[in-house]
Amino acid sequence: MSAKSLVDEMKRGLDAPICLTWELTYACNLQCVHCLSSSGQRDERELSTDEAKKILDDLRDLQVFYINIGGGEPMVRRDFFELLEYSVANGIGVKFSTNGAFIDEEKARRLAAMDYLDIQISLDGVDAATNDAVRGEGSYDMAIRAMENLKAANFGQFKISVVVTRHNVSQLDQFKALADHYGAQLRITRLRPAGRGADTWHELHPTNAQQREIYNWLLKHGENVLTGDSFFHLNALGESLPGLNMCGAGRVVCLIDPIGDVYACPFVIHDEFKAGNVRDEGGFAKVWKQSDLFVSLREPQSAGACASCGAFDACQGGCMAAKFFTGLPLDGPDPECVGGDADEALSIISRGSEPKPSMDHSKPVTLTRKKLPVSASH
Amino acid sequence: MSVALESVLEIHPQVAVRPETFGALAYHYGNRRLIFLKHPDVVTVVQSLNSHPDVQSTLTACGVAPERWPSFVAALSSLETSEVVRERQIAS
Repeated sequence: MSAKSLVDEMKRGLDAPICLTWELTYACNLQCVHCLSSSGQRDERELSTDEAKKILDDLRDLQVFYINIGGGEPMVRRDFFELLEYSVANGIGVKFSTNGAFIDEEKARRLAAMDYLDIQISLDGVDAATNDAVRGEGSYDMAIRAMENLKAANFGQFKISVVVTRHNVSQLDQFKALADHYGAQLRITRLRPAGRGADTWHELHPTNAQQREIYNWLLKHGENVLTGDSFFHLNALGESLPGLNMCGAGRVVCLIDPIGDVYACPFVIHDEFKAGNVRDEGGFAKVWKQSDLFVSLREPQSAGACASCGAFDACQGGCMAAKFFTGLPLDGPDPECVGGDADEALSIISRGSEPKPSMDHSKPVTLTRKKLPVSASH
Repeated sequence: MSVALESVLEIHPQVAVRPETFGALAYHYGNRRLIFLKHPDVVTVVQSLNSHPDVQSTLTACGVAPERWPSFVAALSSLETSEVVRERQIAS
């Protein structure tokens, strides 16, 4: 069976996800301007420890090999280590993303003692000025301290996870050098216009010239750098980048959010892409296997306006979430189409008319507050 | 080591195999690699390795016709490289 037909198989969906992200909480000590989940404040409907363990039982039964844990900041949950240990004990490896605030010397040693655990420290600049402009004051020092602690505890190869923006494209070599310094692996991913990122995407996303720079850099370093296969829209520039060249949403990928809602991918927290809730009868397995949304995403998708473009096989029309939150049709070009085919459509969409995320857990901003925080319903 | 009909193999103890319609997914918890087993017959053979003395007897037991053996040996060789299978370790 050829590689192409394997991609076709994956487009029809797998029996269980291979890339399942689980945001454990909307609570976060930071307030990054591009946060995919608009995190900040805890949601009082957050899954309890017992409910979280029940999900892990279900994932074990589905033979999900590993999960990607995020948030919010997952380490703010008091049962964080309990859930971590429960997951690993059930044969589900864990990779978790953190801003590093809570990885002190003692926690670093505790993490280093565990098996089947990967840690991803988020960092969006090789200097405090570049990083903190996006992730908030003090967040650079926070991340570096965590890396120092992990290194001192002999954790081994953790990951440094970078969202590529207009302001850090020029730092890719330095990120690689920083990762090498810590014996870490570099991971770079695409900026998505999701969550608060929808508000900042137009100012932060790489320019067309920078996209080519990213592509060339990945061609040179791609084998040693992780990307979450998130740059496949760049394949229209020529030779394909390493990784899976397709949108995995609802097929091989999904998101469980902190209150148990299941979305097609981590970048589409919106009712339109909500497949169900793990608290529903049948739990996660039923949502994955039978939800109308996921079943429809596994149907052959139309190339739409891209059908006549010679690059469609290479780029697959790009990222569904990026189109959705920039107000573009889902069966047309990606907003960052390297052929420029989305430019005109983007230029006539009124800012503010794009779909908004269904939920916002941002902390109220005290000085420029426009409205009072909505009190949670009972 | 390259795999031959007389090789004595086992599934790597850190590998989990999950059936899928096209064959199976194998995940190696040690090197964190995901490997695609692209044919149901290969999956059957891999999962039966531990129950038979060597590759040839496994293939016979799984009903694989002798003319297909070379391609199965090749498939097992590549799975050995990616550490899905390994030389059987005799428990002492």
